[in-house]
Amino acid sequence: MIIVVCIKQVPDTNNVRINPETKTLIREGVESIINPFDCYALEEGVRLKERLGGKVIVLTMGPPQAESALREAISLGADEAVLLSDRAFAGSDTLATSYALAQAIRKLGHVDLIICGKQAIDGDTAQVGPGIAVHLGLPQITYVRKIEAIENGIIRAERLNEEGYDVLEVSLPAMLTVVKEINQPRIASLKGKMAAKKAVVLTWKAADVGVDPALVGLEGSPTLVVEIFTPPPRKGGKMITGEPADIAGEAIRDMRAMGIV
Amino acid sequence: MPLIIDQEKCTGCAVCLERCPFNALTIVDNLAKVDDVTCTLCGACAKQGVCPFDAITLLREKKEAKSGIAAHRNIWIFAEQKKGVLQGVVYELLGKARELADVRQQEVWAVLLGKTVAHKAQELIACGADKVVLVEDDCLEFFEDETYSTVITRLCRNYKPEIVLCGATTIGRALIPRVAVQLKTGLTADCTELHIDPEKQLLVQTRPAFGGNIMARILCPQHRPQMSTVRHKVFPAAQPDSSRTGEIIREAFNAREKANNARVVDVIEILEDTVNLTEANIIVSGGRGIKGPANFAMLHDLAKAVGGAVGASRAAVDEGWVQYSHQVGQTGKTVNPKVYIACGISGQIQHLVGMQSSDVIIAINKDPDAPMMKIATLALCGDLFQIIPELIKQMK
Ligand SMILES: Cc1cc2nc3c(=O)[nH]c(=O)nc-3n(C[C@H](O)[C@H](O)[C@H](O)COP(=O)(O)OP(=O)(O)OC[C@H]3O[C@@H](n4cnc5c(N)ncnc54)[C@H](O)[C@@H]3O)c2cc1C
Ligand SMILES: Nc1ncnc2c1ncn2[C@@H]1O[C@H](COP(=O)(O)O)[C@@H](O)[C@H]1O
Repeated sequence: MIIVVCIKQVPDTNNVRINPETKTLIREGVESIINPFDCYALEEGVRLKERLGGKVIVLTMGPPQAESALREAISLGADEAVLLSDRAFAGSDTLATSYALAQAIRKLGHVDLIICGKQAIDGDTAQVGPGIAVHLGLPQITYVRKIEAIENGIIRAERLNEEGYDVLEVSLPAMLTVVKEINQPRIASLKGKMAAKKAVVLTWKAADVGVDPALVGLEGSPTLVVEIFTPPPRKGGKMITGEPADIAGEAIRDMRAMGIV
Repeated sequence: MPLIIDQEKCTGCAVCLERCPFNALTIVDNLAKVDDVTCTLCGACAKQGVCPFDAITLLREKKEAKSGIAAHRNIWIFAEQKKGVLQGVVYELLGKARELADVRQQEVWAVLLGKTVAHKAQELIACGADKVVLVEDDCLEFFEDETYSTVITRLCRNYKPEIVLCGATTIGRALIPRVAVQLKTGLTADCTELHIDPEKQLLVQTRPAFGGNIMARILCPQHRPQMSTVRHKVFPAAQPDSSRTGEIIREAFNAREKANNARVVDVIEILEDTVNLTEANIIVSGGRGIKGPANFAMLHDLAKAVGGAVGASRAAVDEGWVQYSHQVGQTGKTVNPKVYIACGISGQIQHLVGMQSSDVIIAINKDPDAPMMKIATLALCGDLFQIIPELIKQMK
């Protein structure tokens, strides 16, 4: 099994700030982490490899410093890492990003499975995975909470939905996005950390993966961010203290006044 | 079709067939022919050096966009249904679409796919649709990503809507990105506000990013349709008016649109979880302060008393007290109920980002300084094991 796991380096949401002038994110001084959902994607890829053989290639598109996320992924069991990095990609929306990532995956040659996180916590769009699938002409299963079987070139998995789950079968190669329920990611071993230090991270530019420059970056992005603002912080309300029975009584009176109950 | 095969130059050599990732090219009568259902206009065949005779060109979208943009009209919504039941968000989409359509002086069209769902068309019309595009087929009984997206892409290509709205549900978020990429247009996820810019007449899409720490306004100026997914419970549901009339357009399902590489094997409803968190008006959530799985029964009682669903913090899920499908927050669900009752949840940022847009927040916590207590509309300070039973008792 050749498995590609797409990971994104994201700022830790605890400390996000924006530059009021440029309306862009201040990335300096903000700790970067691997998008939490991508950690589950990576763990699932590594587990499949350990069970079925093959290798796990981690792929990210981002600025040069995203290399640290790839090294972390190697410490967690990935075999190879590819960094897709070029100024031409700057400002790419999900259409352009998924196109660029799909081109990089094409260049990797034969791939059986692509695993993405359910969504990235910066944009929360959940669009890049399905986008990659379309660009590559692949079937997909989103919100995967469990892979039930992989046999005879078919993968069967459970898709979490609002009422329960669906069981789907798609033929390989395929694209999956995963939710947290799927596994419990491991902690990097000493051996993993050594491997991460030594690993060679392939760095590809736009031209290396044959992207049409008109289809990436700002120019290749149909969506246009015209304004970014910080919502007013939520104000606190009323503190109710006292004996439990009185607290409950007052709360119910207030809830009735608000028309809640 | 912007993919053009020059019949003078083509020799039927079939070199291009191997380069098409979608098997959209065939040789008919010694000429290459492109299938417009499967072709995604990826341009692989039109790349320089592929056709030895330079017979294939892909007219670049930008040129087309400027002239093509005006041909797009009407506001579409995807009428998501499961087992013939329309999802709650559909009514919210209809209300919003009606508003946008009135500003644009255009029509609301609802797209309804399923096995036998024709009886739902009237309801969509009563709630604001002017036309319902209906596609019925056995193959559409269950949502299957590729099949559904192929059909909707075809409908969009044929009828050219100006705006397409879809619920940000599990299905919507799997389906609509595929359609947007096939149409090579922009898609804005999880919008919480939509309006028409009075000057530019463009759809202004407002959405939270970074877990709601930042809001972004997004336009899609040069591509059509303008597409958005919409969060549940953000817009009010359209109220039915049985006197409204509309038209039903039946579209045939093309057997080739059935994906042959995917199938739905089973659909399983987990009975204990039948209250759909994202659609609930009231959510009663428990955290580490609940102290054990047995105590979740108390939350279910409270939920029953107020007519709500049960949610949880990650701590409660990780302890194994309750299933992951209940988790609210960054790595769980984003919810937007009228009332969120947080019991024994401290309110760490990763939890808050999943629920802080709730209209009313009620916190029950013995620690008055817990972050949840600071943002709560009503902060009930005390032992939840005493307060919750009192609430249940006094509400009866
Ligand atoms: C990458 C990442 C993603 C995460 N994603 C999520 C997510 O999606 N959702 C999520 O919820 N968390 C998430 N977390 C975890 C989050 O940071 C917190 O750890 C978690 O929300 C804490 O849960 P809690 O509030 O239930 O527990 P605690 O923080 O332990 O709070 C328990 C609260 O209960 C109160 N309490 C205790 N006993 C009583 C009593 N008898 N009566 C009244 N009050 C009582 C205490 O005062 C305390 O405030 C994530 C963390 C990371 C790092
Ligand atoms: N720049 C990127 N590089 C690699 N993978 C990405 C990138 N952006 C998104 N992804 C993948 O796509 C998933 C969904 O991201 P998003 O559509 O941005 O919510 C993430 O969980 C990643 O697996």
